[in-house]
Amino acid sequence: MSRNSYEPVIGLEVHVHLKTKTKIFCSCPNRFGDEPNTNVCPVCLALPGSLPVLNRHALELATLAALALSGNISSRMKFDRKNYFYPDLPKNYQISQFDMPLSIGGGVKLSNGRTIALTRIHMEEDAGKLLHTAENLDESEYTRVDLNRAGAPLIEIVSEPEIKTPDDAHEYLTNLKQILEYCGVSDCNMEEGSLRCDANISIRPIGETKLGVKVEVKNMNSFKAVRDALRHEIDRQIEAVNAGKKIVQETRLWDAGLGTTRSMRGKEESHDYRYFPDPDLVVFTLEKDFIESIRKKLPEMPKERSKRFELDYGLTQRDAGILTQHRDLADYFDEAVKLYSVGAKAIANWMLTELLRVIPEGESYSSKIKPKDFVELIKLIDEGTISGKIAKEIFSVMASTGKAPRDIVASQGLTQISDESSIEKICREVMTENPNPVEQFRAGKKNSIGFLVGAVMKKTSGKANPQLVNKIFGRLLNE
Amino acid sequence: MSISIDEVKHIAFLARLSLTEEEAERYSNDLSRILEYASTICKLDTADVPTTSHVIEIKNVLRDDETGNTLDRETVLSQAPSSDDACFIAPRIL
Repeated sequence: MSRNSYEPVIGLEVHVHLKTKTKIFCSCPNRFGDEPNTNVCPVCLALPGSLPVLNRHALELATLAALALSGNISSRMKFDRKNYFYPDLPKNYQISQFDMPLSIGGGVKLSNGRTIALTRIHMEEDAGKLLHTAENLDESEYTRVDLNRAGAPLIEIVSEPEIKTPDDAHEYLTNLKQILEYCGVSDCNMEEGSLRCDANISIRPIGETKLGVKVEVKNMNSFKAVRDALRHEIDRQIEAVNAGKKIVQETRLWDAGLGTTRSMRGKEESHDYRYFPDPDLVVFTLEKDFIESIRKKLPEMPKERSKRFELDYGLTQRDAGILTQHRDLADYFDEAVKLYSVGAKAIANWMLTELLRVIPEGESYSSKIKPKDFVELIKLIDEGTISGKIAKEIFSVMASTGKAPRDIVASQGLTQISDESSIEKICREVMTENPNPVEQFRAGKKNSIGFLVGAVMKKTSGKANPQLVNKIFGRLLNE
Repeated sequence: MSISIDEVKHIAFLARLSLTEEEAERYSNDLSRILEYASTICKLDTADVPTTSHVIEIKNVLRDDETGNTLDRETVLSQAPSSDDACFIAPRIL
């Protein structure tokens, strides 16, 4: 059968670290990057007699995330033990949720109008980290175990198997991450492992309603890697089926370097986790009052915010979309327009070109250039005190020194020359120095005025008011 | 209620226990008897009893998100059968 007669069926499992001060069931710091095994206590080390107690803030953040994703919060939830043996798991079981998770349903909208439904969102603890002694796993003689991450609070967001293409998977992840970042529940940093994604994928002939045998793909450390791995895996499965081979249910690891997936050896033969209720943790009832108090904390979501920027400030869909991609950028815009709403369009333009240019990704916009100073710069342009060209220079100085624009203008003498007689004097000088363009203009080559204006700007280091320069040349050249 | 020898072997595998044929057979008998004894409870009429996951009626036990004491690394690692100066050492995985 040809490649086009198959359709892929993709479901994603996304693990997200919650931004709490402490771990989910104990008071150890929940922090990335510390010295190995320094954030550990009897609970997360699974020492005998220690007891887990749920972190209230973790529950609040998990609930906030679930509400933001339109999940239905369960009125009762409990924790279960998921049993398996692995050195990163000191208890030999992971505390997770099985049949009574935090939230059921919900969904993530895609730009093509489809909504990818969520199966569930549940809370669980993270495992520790295994450090391999050699570059290659197979060559490591032994494994070093760091339990700082053991017990870090996670939510797992499970999608229904209804994603149809690797591109849709990529967009699903992008939108999901945006929503979670907006809520402030997580940093969603894939490099630091605060967002991880596993994919379940199968193929079936188009028209078939039964699901094919699924393969789980792990080890993808960026959204791009997820897309690449899915593309590869779809091809692999179609080729295998076309060659008369059977797809076996297995876990495969994505190798970004080779661009292939490979079967993970030594896999447990079945997912027999023998879940049972964790007797150390009591049941949780999530009352209406609690859920509503969390719902009040929901921020305006990116899509609504983008629409508001379009309607209230006349921004284009594209510009509003970029400004709302990250919450801190959208907050910056909101704060700036609050101070100077008539300048909204200029603010947007300057943010999209200059602010994004001078502030490296990941750094805080407002710590480099305060919205107040940013707005003042736009006002200086609008008032005609400085030219747009000078403003760009001032902007770079603002970014590197944190100084207010008015101070920079004053200390560097950058005020725009808007005095007609001074400009006229310079214009006349330029005309004397450049007789050729003057002649050409008078002979009908009107665009040679550009050269003359440029010469004036050069002479004045960009400080001459360009509108005035044009106006004066218009008069002088037609004399 | 009985538990077959194959079931015993499967559970033993999951629990990383190695059993001889003899042991598997013996556990099959023993576990079957235990299950039979425990199944006495099935005779109770539980139609009016709500499903429960916990015998204690306490619920919603939470703690504030405040950092507490951690253990000293040297002490922690000294309890492990094998470690280096920073990490636990475990056999190679996979």
